[in-house]
Amino acid sequence: MHASQSMTKTILTLKKAPHVPLEAEVISPDVFSTLTHDAVCGLTVFLGKRQLRLDEFFDVEGPGSENIEIHGDAARVKWIGKTMTRGSIKVHGNAGMHLGAYMKGGSIEVTGNASDWVGGEMKGGFIRVAGDAGGLLGAAYRGSVTGMSGGTILIGGIAGTELGMRMKRGTIVIGGAVRDFAGLQMKGGTIVLMSGAELRTGAWMARGTIISLKPIKLMPTFGQACTYVPTFLQMYARHLNTLGFSLPCDLKNGFYQRFTGDSSVPGKGEILVWQPASSSRGS
Amino acid sequence: MLRITGGQVYDPANNVHGVVRDLCIENGRVVADVSGGRTIDASGMIVFPGGVDVHTHVAGAALNFARGMIPEQQRMARAITRSKVQRAGIGGSTPTTFATGYLYAGLGYTTVNEAAVPILSARHTHEELHDTPILDKSCCALMANNELLLDLFEAGEFEKAREVTAWLIYAAKAYGVKAVNPGGVTGWKWGKDCKGLHDVVPGYNKVTPGKIISALAKIVDDLGLPHPLHLHCNNLGAPGNFTTTLETMKLLEGNRAHMAHLQYHSYGGDDWYTMKSESATIAEYFNAHPNLTTDAGAVLFGDTVTITADGPWQHLLYKLTGKKWGNIDVENETGCGVVPYVYKEKNLVNAVQWAVGLELLLLINDPWRVFLTTDHPNGAAFWRYPEIIQLLMSSEFRKEELKKLAPKAMKRIILPELTREYTLSEIAIITSAGPARALGLKQKGHLGIGADADVAIFNAGKDVARMFSYPRYVIKSGEVVIEEGEIRKTVDGKGFLVKPHYDPKIEDYIRPLFQQVYTMSFDNYPVEMSRIMHPDIQPCMPHNL
Repeated sequence: MHASQSMTKTILTLKKAPHVPLEAEVISPDVFSTLTHDAVCGLTVFLGKRQLRLDEFFDVEGPGSENIEIHGDAARVKWIGKTMTRGSIKVHGNAGMHLGAYMKGGSIEVTGNASDWVGGEMKGGFIRVAGDAGGLLGAAYRGSVTGMSGGTILIGGIAGTELGMRMKRGTIVIGGAVRDFAGLQMKGGTIVLMSGAELRTGAWMARGTIISLKPIKLMPTFGQACTYVPTFLQMYARHLNTLGFSLPCDLKNGFYQRFTGDSSVPGKGEILVWQPASSSRGS
Repeated sequence: MLRITGGQVYDPANNVHGVVRDLCIENGRVVADVSGGRTIDASGMIVFPGGVDVHTHVAGAALNFARGMIPEQQRMARAITRSKVQRAGIGGSTPTTFATGYLYAGLGYTTVNEAAVPILSARHTHEELHDTPILDKSCCALMANNELLLDLFEAGEFEKAREVTAWLIYAAKAYGVKAVNPGGVTGWKWGKDCKGLHDVVPGYNKVTPGKIISALAKIVDDLGLPHPLHLHCNNLGAPGNFTTTLETMKLLEGNRAHMAHLQYHSYGGDDWYTMKSESATIAEYFNAHPNLTTDAGAVLFGDTVTITADGPWQHLLYKLTGKKWGNIDVENETGCGVVPYVYKEKNLVNAVQWAVGLELLLLINDPWRVFLTTDHPNGAAFWRYPEIIQLLMSSEFRKEELKKLAPKAMKRIILPELTREYTLSEIAIITSAGPARALGLKQKGHLGIGADADVAIFNAGKDVARMFSYPRYVIKSGEVVIEEGEIRKTVDGKGFLVKPHYDPKIEDYIRPLFQQVYTMSFDNYPVEMSRIMHPDIQPCMPHNL
């Protein structure tokens, strides 16, 4: 985000999209930062059960550094930025599954689409995807009790099912519509749905906040609490504005309806649904 | 042919304590001398008989259930990659079958006793043991909640119960008899438990845990099994349970018994807030009663998963943790519970548990009667044994570790007062010679002429945990399986079992009853001998104390 002209970069250009997913958790600033050009080329990636060199798939430019650029369609390159703690990765094109999984710091930007499990169990850092994302974004991996526990994920397009599953802290903002079970078993943190969601939003949620700017179908286990514009939202809106998302929070324009649940757990989570002033006058 | 020269040999069973001498091996046995063949220079190293684990859970339905329940731990577990000599697998708190063999051998262990096998899933257990390389294996069949037996105890038919027990042991191709929470697991099927020895088992009128324990201990001695009754007492894990444990030990006077994971049975206090160590009381009684052996069931801090046939206890543990819980019913025979668990230093209860395990190992005077275990994976995974060895060998290190506990814990434990330090000979006893003797395996746990050539060779060094984590050489049945800390060769292990005497006519009694109450056909029940890899039937000799 704060790229300076003089900083060193490592540029990876995909030679040819792999025919099966390539597992490339070595593509991380933490791994690259101290390595020479040759050492980066010689890093191990997994194609199925085969262990191969990174440079069999990518042309590598520049020495290892904390700033990595990826060019070409990396939709089948998995685990980019896994466990990274610093630096930046910019993907010009698509990224594969598990982008930024377990990451603790640094930033990842994708100009195209990303696949499932973006930011799985991430603890901190920043991920922005301009296009669409798959399901299980910021979610807990199978068997884990806790999903994302910090950091920010911004998706410009749509996202799949179970986003933010078991998330505990952090922020997820989705520009497009999302599918079923957003915030499943959520324990904390914030999910902002700029274009609403399909079914069962907030199922099993214990705590946390889901904000939807479009009317959504709620489960019967959510009860209406009140209408209001919470103070924290104004600060939140200011922050999201700098990231390119505009969250309405002015009483002149409308208010939020607050629903609490999921009472089948029973939970103390909240879902805030924006009611524009014009529509509220109409009803 | 193999000659190991220059090493300091620790063979306490033969009264050898750190003497530099040669060890000669031929045809998988220790021999007096060999000419030719390979020579291993073990100068500056110590030579131990291969380790023997008297109580562990490494195979079977319950363990497999646990493996499936903890993907979150397995993702973080050590990966074992495939090579020319080893298969791929993962470590962690429930290693995969092949990995279990590699990891045990990687500690210098060569024999293990799988401590809890429901007869109904014995076939599965043997299949997994078949795929656990390098190690020699034995297993104990669960009997204390078997309703065929409880019905006979209810009717007062002791003789017939003995015949049925003998038949069941051989049907399971087992080596010993295990009793877990006698009566309590049967009670669990009614949503109840048996905490006291005189509680009547739900569903019965006369049977009590006390009666089951006495009867099974006597049956095991009458049948002359090489290993005594392997007993997991009632009331495991509960504050104040030491009184139940004492009563149980008193009940066993006149019979042999192995008290499994005694750590979990030595707590005082009235509830979780007042729980404290009663290891001194337990150890005092234990020291005076040579009919008993025990294993520590020590706890180490960290993530693990608890697995036991003790269904009601696991339900309580689940209520305490509020996380995951698995419960299995094994028809007519037993139950099982699986609960992932984290032992934390700052948790008062966990701190007491950690201390009690070590206290028992330090307070029981005779190392030939107390063995190193963690009740794998319940207290910690077996590959963490070297950490316990380090704690036992250095009171300074214990002092350092005690500092990590919550200060409140200090009043609940006596570990800070104990200054005993284990010697290398004593370590060889609690990890090998002692458990081998308790299991009645005469060819194991020593390096005398004729013994199985299972040998672990360690670099002598001050860092005890490191030294016992990475043996330089491990030799199994005369083959060098580990060299320079790497697996070089994997060999098959043996399966130890017993065939106690019974009247074949007992099948006429079991068959119709079985067809009536089991969902399995009688003919499919006994495990075929062909399922056991390299079976080795050990003799039974009646024991009279």
